Amino acid sequence: MNSPNGGPAPIKPNQPAQAAKPRLAVFKFASCDGCQLALLDAEDELLALAGQVEIAYFVEASRRTLAGPYDVSLVEGAITTPEEAERIQEVRRQSRYLIAIGACATAGGIQALRNWHDIDDFIQAVYAHPAYIDTLATATPISDHVQVDFELRGCPINKYQLLAVLTALLVGRQPSVPTYSVCVECKRRGTTCITVAQGVPCLGPVTQAGCGAICPAYRRGCYGCYGPTEAPNMDALGQRFLAMGAAPAEIVRLFRTFNGYADAFRLAGDKLEEMDRTSVQRRG
Amino acid sequence: MADITPKIGAYISIAKTSLQAVFDNLKAAGFTLIGPTLGDSAIECAEITQTTDLPIGWTQVQEAGTYRLQRRSDQAYFGYAVGPHSWKRYLYPPTLKLYTVDHQNGGFTVTPATPATPQYAFIGVRPCDMHAIAIQDRVFLHNGFQETDYKARRQRAFILAVNCTEPGSTCFCASMGTGPQIETGFDLALTEIPEIFLLEIGSELGREMLTGVDWWHAGAFELQTARQALTAARSHMGRQLDISALPNLLYQNLEHPRWDQVANRCLSCANCTQVCPTCFCSDVKDVSDLQNQQAERVRVWDSCFNLDFSHVHGGNIRPTNRARYRQWLTHKLASWVDQFGTLGCVGCGRCITWCPASIDLTEEISAIREEGTR
Repeated sequence: MNSPNGGPAPIKPNQPAQAAKPRLAVFKFASCDGCQLALLDAEDELLALAGQVEIAYFVEASRRTLAGPYDVSLVEGAITTPEEAERIQEVRRQSRYLIAIGACATAGGIQALRNWHDIDDFIQAVYAHPAYIDTLATATPISDHVQVDFELRGCPINKYQLLAVLTALLVGRQPSVPTYSVCVECKRRGTTCITVAQGVPCLGPVTQAGCGAICPAYRRGCYGCYGPTEAPNMDALGQRFLAMGAAPAEIVRLFRTFNGYADAFRLAGDKLEEMDRTSVQRRG
Repeated sequence: MADITPKIGAYISIAKTSLQAVFDNLKAAGFTLIGPTLGDSAIECAEITQTTDLPIGWTQVQEAGTYRLQRRSDQAYFGYAVGPHSWKRYLYPPTLKLYTVDHQNGGFTVTPATPATPQYAFIGVRPCDMHAIAIQDRVFLHNGFQETDYKARRQRAFILAVNCTEPGSTCFCASMGTGPQIETGFDLALTEIPEIFLLEIGSELGREMLTGVDWWHAGAFELQTARQALTAARSHMGRQLDISALPNLLYQNLEHPRWDQVANRCLSCANCTQVCPTCFCSDVKDVSDLQNQQAERVRVWDSCFNLDFSHVHGGNIRPTNRARYRQWLTHKLASWVDQFGTLGCVGCGRCITWCPASIDLTEEISAIREEGTR
């Protein structure tokens, strides 16, 4: 359909200004607050965001808190205590869209390293009065507990991706973030591959883009902060690191960091550990 | 010193130190020089201004999935093969803003991005890469439509080519008929022989850039030395690829078990396509502001190894590593011929060296050739 001036039909205008603004909430579970800080760090865009949404609950930013329901809830952190396991149910009930943000909320985070060990050993070793500690045996992502509408990866998340997700929700569009590898970002910025040129094991080929390939640009291997790609070939990468001379334990440690409990990284690490154990037994 | 300027097609000799005068002429003519230079761990392409920015006295060892810098025993200026970068990033940049769209008076206006077109002088374009540029010319300029940004950059580009006297161990240009000697498309073509650079004048602009440079007509001995070096180079390519029976060899082996084997090793990380000097696939990304008043469209390099690339209505048409690797290799070495009239591979070896999984397409093709249907 053409407009009267012969140009393309006008894009549908925004909602009228008097319409109620969508209500945004930000919740924290077991986490370092770094992903919430990514939102506060969006300094240039924060006022514009405040103009588009009502920031109803964001205790890191404001002591004014409004009761639910909320149109969009950003949830940071993993579920690590019985109290959190209950509270996330209430957050879900109060939220139209629930967006899990960061490695803790999407994969359990660094604290999910506890999942490979006995939590009671940690409690005994760390706390003077273990009886006061009420915790779960595991740290798990939000999606293990409630329905999640979108997962935004990263440790921490990328503020531009967060703004893109919020913008998409404001206009009723499916959020779109890249799911390809960090290698694509490395090549776009012209970084020479450190695995090929320096023999450094790097998780880039199996890790989702989003960070802008920061670590390889500073000659460090990728730590997998954005979790597994859409199609990670973990076994092939593990075999390649072994062929390059890395010890199995070293590779397992690389797979098990901030996103170690994400399915692909977890299964690959466990498999490699098991292979190493059986080969040690055979040798022994 | 001869006081006349050499003619197009002439072979002349200059002292190696005189190359700086050519650089100075290029700079005076407004060119930004892009050439090989020593990076942290590889010979990379970047802006250079002096001949001392070149990796003089350096070379490298390349193998599948491996690249290591090495000191040379001499002070050769161009004693190395291609590195991780290709000229593609300057002619077809990885990220390019295309236009801005603004909401206005109930409609919208589109404002095309009009960046100043850079005027590059590419220093050290190898014959394989010259062929790669010719392939991208066919894709972007002679394929029924024209890529305007590419065209503007390409028309302004000056090409100082360098013949390859020391191919790398993943090079196979001799198999592809794309090297080690350059034939066409250059402004100046340089061959490095002991003590001097032999130059072939390829264009009027190339001739002009020799103004004020000390030169002499190349003597028979110098020409013969260069010829011998190139003949020797032809016979010590690190890799070989038998291109006979392509593209049919691949079309007849689409269900070969080798595709499964390579799929087990392939990381689907897209590195091969990003380093390939002929791969041209791109995507466009739209970014809008929070008020939904302004949006930008940006073109970015894409890859047939990214899942979104093959996502169409109803699902993904290449959901497995096998399907994606097969698509890439059969495009390069088979359907490219149907589409553009040449193979899509120039034998530069980048996809072999820069594959973190050390996959070697020459090995894959010979495995299919030996065990496959012919």
